[in-house]
Amino acid sequence: MPSPLLILFRALAAALFHECLTSHAMSLELREIHKHFGPVRANDGITLTVEAGTLHGLLGENGAGKSTLMKVLSGFHSADSGEIVLDGKRIELASPDDAIAAGIGMLHQDPLVFLPFTVIDNFVLGSPGSWLLDRRQATDELAGLCERYGFNFDPDIPARLLTVGERQQLEIIRLLWLGARVLILDEPTTGISADQRAKLFATLKALAAEGMSVIFVSHKLEEVADLCQRVTVMTRGKVVGDAELPTPPERLVEMMFGQVLDTHERDDVPLGDSNLKFDSVRTASGLLSEEPISLDVKSGEVVGIAGMEGSGQDTFLRLCCGMRTPTKGTVSIAGNDLTDQHYREFLDAEVKFLPAGRLEEGLIEGLTVTEHFVLTDRDTNFVIDWDAARKRSEHLVDQYSIKGTEASTAESLSGGNQQRLLLAMLPAKLKVLLMEHPTRGLDIESADWVWEQLLARREDGTSIVFASADLDELLRYSDRILVFFSGRIIGELEAAATNVDEIGLLIGGRKAGAEGIPT
Amino acid sequence: MTRTRMTTVLLPILVVLGSMAVLLLLAGTNPWDPVRTIVEGSIGWPPFEGGSGRKVGDTFMLWVPIALASAGLIVTFNAGMWNIGIEGQIIMGAIAAAFVAREVSVSRPLLILLAILAGAAGGMLWGLLVGVLRTAGGVNEIFGGLGLDFVALSITTYLIIGPWARSGVASTSGTNPFPDDALLPSLGGSKLSPLAIAIAVVALLGVWMLFRGTLYGLKLKAVGRNRPSSFLMGIPTNRYLLGSFMICGALAGLAGTSQAIGFHHKLIPAISGNFGFLAILVVLLARFQPVWVAPISFFFAMIAVGSPGLSLRLDLHGSLGGVLQGVLVLSAMLGLGWAAYLARRRATAAAESSNE
Repeated sequence: MPSPLLILFRALAAALFHECLTSHAMSLELREIHKHFGPVRANDGITLTVEAGTLHGLLGENGAGKSTLMKVLSGFHSADSGEIVLDGKRIELASPDDAIAAGIGMLHQDPLVFLPFTVIDNFVLGSPGSWLLDRRQATDELAGLCERYGFNFDPDIPARLLTVGERQQLEIIRLLWLGARVLILDEPTTGISADQRAKLFATLKALAAEGMSVIFVSHKLEEVADLCQRVTVMTRGKVVGDAELPTPPERLVEMMFGQVLDTHERDDVPLGDSNLKFDSVRTASGLLSEEPISLDVKSGEVVGIAGMEGSGQDTFLRLCCGMRTPTKGTVSIAGNDLTDQHYREFLDAEVKFLPAGRLEEGLIEGLTVTEHFVLTDRDTNFVIDWDAARKRSEHLVDQYSIKGTEASTAESLSGGNQQRLLLAMLPAKLKVLLMEHPTRGLDIESADWVWEQLLARREDGTSIVFASADLDELLRYSDRILVFFSGRIIGELEAAATNVDEIGLLIGGRKAGAEGIPT
Repeated sequence: MTRTRMTTVLLPILVVLGSMAVLLLLAGTNPWDPVRTIVEGSIGWPPFEGGSGRKVGDTFMLWVPIALASAGLIVTFNAGMWNIGIEGQIIMGAIAAAFVAREVSVSRPLLILLAILAGAAGGMLWGLLVGVLRTAGGVNEIFGGLGLDFVALSITTYLIIGPWARSGVASTSGTNPFPDDALLPSLGGSKLSPLAIAIAVVALLGVWMLFRGTLYGLKLKAVGRNRPSSFLMGIPTNRYLLGSFMICGALAGLAGTSQAIGFHHKLIPAISGNFGFLAILVVLLARFQPVWVAPISFFFAMIAVGSPGLSLRLDLHGSLGGVLQGVLVLSAMLGLGWAAYLARRRATAAAESSNE
């Protein structure tokens, strides 16, 4: 039996807490923020004002300095010079701890969730104080917040069972619970489903209506246009423009790139013979074990793979390249049965796989660009001719517009340039190219460039199979789209005859009633 | 680049020597005395002129196994492997060479050639075993190697007190000396064997070439830095890991051979002289650079030969040499950590600047 005093105390605490949530909106000002990394001016005199209760977009391509600015604002980096003013008061942020104490909460691109911990443990982990931990009270407060924002968590399950979107939700209410009044979201829509994105946006709008200041960092125009009331555009460490929304998207694109980009319409390439064929393929257990997969990918064809992360796409792609061996069925490449062969034999059969982790499963940290080319050039002799290798490398760096030099290490390149390097390393002749998230984290220009390169390969009869979370990308570049759900292929669609809504429904596990779906 | 490398290698050594000097001053000893004693006790004073040819020969003949083992470890370190099993590989090399020296009777040049080949093969097989345990059995190479070290040590002891025991007495002091025909030819009066030194020099040059100019070396490095990426590039990663263990094992086996038929002239339980472990420290101090392995190995060889003189000449304990080694290595590790920290900071700054 809780004592009356405890009940009174809890009621008081809850009231105070509620007070905190609903009052005291904060306006935020950044004045002349400079942050240099060596010779590079990541932030070069940024001045920015975020009014209380607004959704403020921060737009810019990769490398514009958005993340640095937000890291300064969240206490992760300290600025070389400049002021942060919160409600007219200048504040000093030496660590993320200071920032959250001042009411600034940051939701990182990859939610900072400890996967083996339970939801409730994650929730209380960042709370101030280190000794007294009242899980029951925290559970109540978590439940209260969930109800308020329409989230739904079982506090006792491990966080690894949550989807990326749910981890974000957990992180948002954790920050609110800690008293955040300014919420920063860094590219929050990467890797979450359309449903979850809609929910996220609704939540952010509700928060802003309550007086919360939300800074939404993105390189996706449509999202900023959908969500925000004001937008600031950054390029190369500087603010290049401000606008009230809505505003014509062309204007934003012009601010970001200085010109309006064409959207590339793809030309169709006549499809040829079978390059990749699955005949009743299935695995022994887990994903892709329930329904056998039969599939025929023709030369020159582009097949997009949609689905929530972890629905079996990984397994499927690894079955395509011999990194997994099926227990039943056959896998053929250009008519040759390679079912029980391994990755090396698939590689010899001109099948190449580029996984999502560019630095983890693609490039090698510490090796230079030239060394990467030497490793992947089939004509390299046992004794390396470094002069020739450097010349070739310089040529490729030029040809693929890699920002860096032949002597740059892989990890010193930005994400887009790492992707360019990976493409430059591909063998000239390929039957099948498998990719995960070919343009994840790239700015529009780089993404367009990547697809230009990929589509050009169709002319030589290469089939492209790619997984992506970006529905526009899937629709724009695929001939055919396979939708994975819960470890099986739930739909196979002609890209030209479908739309975002249909794919979105399928990704969520609902089959559209209208069209017959061949499975 | 080379300048930073120079400072990261030399700085810890200078710092240690400096602090040792201060310590000795505090203890009331002229810091120059032990230095001179060690130099005098190993290569003589003035270097290579005074002193005995025997000690000079000993110093060079201890340099050989340390340098060979270090050369081998550069290979496994580059492949991302901690080959703690190198002690066992040295011992197995010594045992294989001892077998040839004891049991085979052919003409002298052929006998020596056979002993050298057998020594390399013995170490190579023992190294391969660590590699197979790692790649096929999933046994971490540190534990597998350590286990095999003990096995190798037990085999030596068994041979010395068992089948190869000295006639009449079973003693752990070693086997009978090998026949003269099986010993490495040496320069008059000392153990100094030009052949052994040539082998060590060739090994160091070979390893330098391997990582400087060959595709094999680059692939080893790639495997060591990122196995999934290397695999996806089509490099048979397991084969390369095994290859690194075989190369290292063979060089360690040669080190053991030099110990057996070049220095001790018999098989003793402590045939490895712990030079495998010492070589790990040498390689760390040398920042994996073969060029630096040569002088640093020589420095350690001098300490090994010269430090017993400390207690005789000065009133210092002979273990001072060991203390010197230990402190050196610790500070080298600190230096390595510091260098890595700086490199990481530079890399972060560079990445931030290109990302942002």
